[in-house]
Amino acid sequence: MSVLVFVESDEGKVKKSSLEAVSYGYQLKNSLGGSVTAIAFGTELDDAELADIGKAGAEKVLHVADSKFNQGIIQAYATVLAQAMDQTGANTLVLAKSSLGDAVAARVAIKTNATLASNIVELPDTSNGFEVKRSIYTGKAFATVSLNGEKRILALKKNAVDLKEDGEAANVEQFAANVEDNDFGVNITATEKATGDVLLPEADIVVSGGRGLKGPENWGMIEELAKVLGAATGCSKPVSDMDWRPHHEHVGQTGIKVAPSLYIAIGISGAIQHLAGVNSSKIIVVINKDADAPFFKAADYGIAGDAFEVVPKLIEALKTS
Amino acid sequence: MKILVCITHVPDTTSKIAFTDNNTQFDKTGVQYIIGPYDDYALARAVELKESNGASVTVLNVGEAETEPTIRKALAIGADEAIRINAFPSDSYFVARQIANVAKEGNYDMILMGRESIDFNGGQVHGMVGELLNIPSISPVMKLEIEGSTAKMAREIEGGKEQLEMSLPFVAGCQEPIAEWKIPNMRGIMSARTKPLNVVEPFEDDKRSEVVSFSLPAEKGSVKMVDSENVGELVDLLKNEAKVI
Repeated sequence: MSVLVFVESDEGKVKKSSLEAVSYGYQLKNSLGGSVTAIAFGTELDDAELADIGKAGAEKVLHVADSKFNQGIIQAYATVLAQAMDQTGANTLVLAKSSLGDAVAARVAIKTNATLASNIVELPDTSNGFEVKRSIYTGKAFATVSLNGEKRILALKKNAVDLKEDGEAANVEQFAANVEDNDFGVNITATEKATGDVLLPEADIVVSGGRGLKGPENWGMIEELAKVLGAATGCSKPVSDMDWRPHHEHVGQTGIKVAPSLYIAIGISGAIQHLAGVNSSKIIVVINKDADAPFFKAADYGIAGDAFEVVPKLIEALKTS
Repeated sequence: MKILVCITHVPDTTSKIAFTDNNTQFDKTGVQYIIGPYDDYALARAVELKESNGASVTVLNVGEAETEPTIRKALAIGADEAIRINAFPSDSYFVARQIANVAKEGNYDMILMGRESIDFNGGQVHGMVGELLNIPSISPVMKLEIEGSTAKMAREIEGGKEQLEMSLPFVAGCQEPIAEWKIPNMRGIMSARTKPLNVVEPFEDDKRSEVVSFSLPAEKGSVKMVDSENVGELVDLLKNEAKVI
């Protein structure tokens, strides 16, 4: 099994989800033999950060050191990944689900004649062909799917495998990509992005607020709680619909699906569409003044109380613990 | 301007998910079917563009005869005609090939669909169709404006968004807030009955994956309630019992 892993970065750091993808590749190699090569793009990663991809299990890191790839041009990324699969002889491409990864993987599948499976939640079963377990119905069920063909692309959901951190630094090689003007036919004219924040889909802890917070002016305590926990902030759909918070914080069926270790829901009643976005969380804490809120049924821990009293106390207790 | 909107026929978001036949079939008992919520945004934006810029809107579904009420609803919302590819959409590569085949014949200026279906959540079809047609594929798109032969979009990225420009044609996987969902009115429902719905057989049967079985997540244990006067106990539980902080 020759594995190529597509590694994404954010603000000069390799994304944790991508390191999970490298760890997944390493596990595949361990059970099936072969090699693991990672490929990273753009000029924002320094040599040490690139070599450190080896700690997650890659033997070699290919670097496409071209500033044109500092932006997520979907077609250009797809072209280079297909070339890299070809040149390294990879029969398996592994990547983390993301806004870029999903968009790119589908095109690579066509270019390389590979079978694509996304939302994968664990290592494959190769005892009878190549079977993967996927999350479906927005986290409400799983499907075990058999993948045909010689090549495959595996897009992973968060926490599909434990992160490996004890590998050796990898050799970094330049990868000469052969891209054409047509690959850059889409022009990214502006990027608006919150900097310095924990990215919601990557976060290990998420603190979300709902309509129970009464207005955007009350988000200070949500942000403070998130800061104390090193968490990302999220919100329910009504909150983003009313523009109290930006859309990229909306967690739910038609928003971001999160899979943190800890999800804290404050003033969110727990509509089934919201639960669909959080049901892959390991532990769920619900704080709501309505003791009959349906969210408590999906929670591990709950506090029935007024958020405006409970949250400041919680922040205090965390600070002193 | 010609717009192709691809829709899925999926269980309502409030459906209880269960399986039958030794966990190999989805249990349709009591399940209401709807236009995929993301596809519904794509359709709403297409109908808006028809009203503002002038366009014909063709809606396409890969599905068996049972999807026709869902297709009629799309016609009632404002699509002009519909095509149903008569096949069960079990594999995204298969579905993408069918859509690309229709799109090639129809010379559409844009192909809109949802960012993903809410049953299989693959999110692959728009990218595959874009690659098969060698045109840009952008997803998830939260804003779409057409100015002459240029499309201006906003695409959601982790923690923010990108503004993009490209020439027509293109494929877009759509999500909110690209448009508000449209509810069909009586006139739309009446006219939908007589709008053309062409049923076409699939042109090839090349599938790359098969579902072996389905399963459900483990049930959650019961919630442990903490007194609101004793918040410190929650911190203790998260630290020492759940071990997540």
